[in-house]
Amino acid sequence: MAFASKSPWVIHYDASSCNGCDIEVLATLCPGFDGERFGVVNTGNPKHADIFLVTGSVNERNISVIKEIYDQMLEPKVVVACGICACSGGIFHDCYNVIGGVDKAIPVDVYAPGCAVRPEAIIDAIVEGVAVLDEKSKALKEQKKGAR
Amino acid sequence: MTMLSALIGTLLFAVIAPILGCLLAGLDRVVSARMQGRVGPPLLQPYYDVRKLLEKEDASVNSVEKTYIICALAFAAVSGGIFFSGGNLLLCVFMITLSSMFFIVAAYSTRSPYAEIGAHRETLQVMSYEPMVLLFAIAFFMATGSFNTASVFALELPAVVSIWLVFLGLLYVLTIKLRKSPFDLSMSHHAHQEIVRGITTEMSGPTLALVEITHWMENVLFLGWVGLFFVWGNPISIVLALVVMVFVYLLEIFIDNNFARVKWQLMLKSAWLVALVCGTLNFVLLVF
Repeated sequence: MAFASKSPWVIHYDASSCNGCDIEVLATLCPGFDGERFGVVNTGNPKHADIFLVTGSVNERNISVIKEIYDQMLEPKVVVACGICACSGGIFHDCYNVIGGVDKAIPVDVYAPGCAVRPEAIIDAIVEGVAVLDEKSKALKEQKKGAR
Repeated sequence: MTMLSALIGTLLFAVIAPILGCLLAGLDRVVSARMQGRVGPPLLQPYYDVRKLLEKEDASVNSVEKTYIICALAFAAVSGGIFFSGGNLLLCVFMITLSSMFFIVAAYSTRSPYAEIGAHRETLQVMSYEPMVLLFAIAFFMATGSFNTASVFALELPAVVSIWLVFLGLLYVLTIKLRKSPFDLSMSHHAHQEIVRGITTEMSGPTLALVEITHWMENVLFLGWVGLFFVWGNPISIVLALVVMVFVYLLEIFIDNNFARVKWQLMLKSAWLVALVCGTLNFVLLVF
């Protein structure tokens, strides 16, 4: 049994969001929705996190930051694109400085659309991400066995 | 105390204390959630967290960090073993301080600026609580005539009757030792109250799991210190001690949820003042 699904610790990064999605991400962890019921903890440290929540689109200034945070996270890890800007660039998709959705920088596992993304959608996406996390955790275990 | 009883005590403590500590940590999170009007995680959430951390990729910025953490874990186990097998309280105090030192050195060894800030702050915490903890050991000697914790069973009245001021002082520094708000300077358990993650910034995966287990053991040991004040010759007193321990832990959770973090200056000054007033006043009362 994989325990990865029982304690998904999240890290949240605001790429170039208008702040609408960020407010909703934090609302998810507030008493009304209580993400901690599923063991969700909001960490400020990529080295402790399992799920990477990105809001906003990727541009030339923040693409290196997103890659750095992703690289600092330990396997197994899952990326959730929160909001339509993170999914595809949203209304900013044809801005001269915008590269596009988060998947232009790092591999994305779950897309949670919305403008702004609803807390229910974020919880859904985290639960979805947890299933991916479990799969990756199992794959990692197999890999470790293989290495021995 | 013989070497053998301490050894058996250490082995038993290393098995039982993490289980109790894990349940205590789970209780902490559930009660905290209820205080904030939330449902909160399941009671076994800390266990799931640690199992998950053990499953994660084993990566570290250097090869010595984990060694120091294992030392911290081992000395916490030895300290608890000495205490619960009726051994020398002073040795127990020094051992648990050594464990804290290894934890601090582990953070310093990573050379990360954030971990170093956490390590500085942890050092300040050790400086703050240590005088009171040493006075507690000395006051215990004055009350019972021995440093051995087993000597409480020969008492006619519990130690708290004669050294109640020291008990209050220990309660004050207990908040620092348990790393509860307002004294959670080095590593806050609450989201986004910390510069990255304080002292544990560079500790990840299995290393962080060992840190968690060390804290579980520490918590059990510190509550044991609280219980020590309420045990005397009568065997029923152990039940009383357990009730007091649970009550003190709930009080710490209440304080944790109701106070904002203080600056380190206030922590250091107030903890030393408490040690000075409670410690010396109690000594004067005992002598005269």
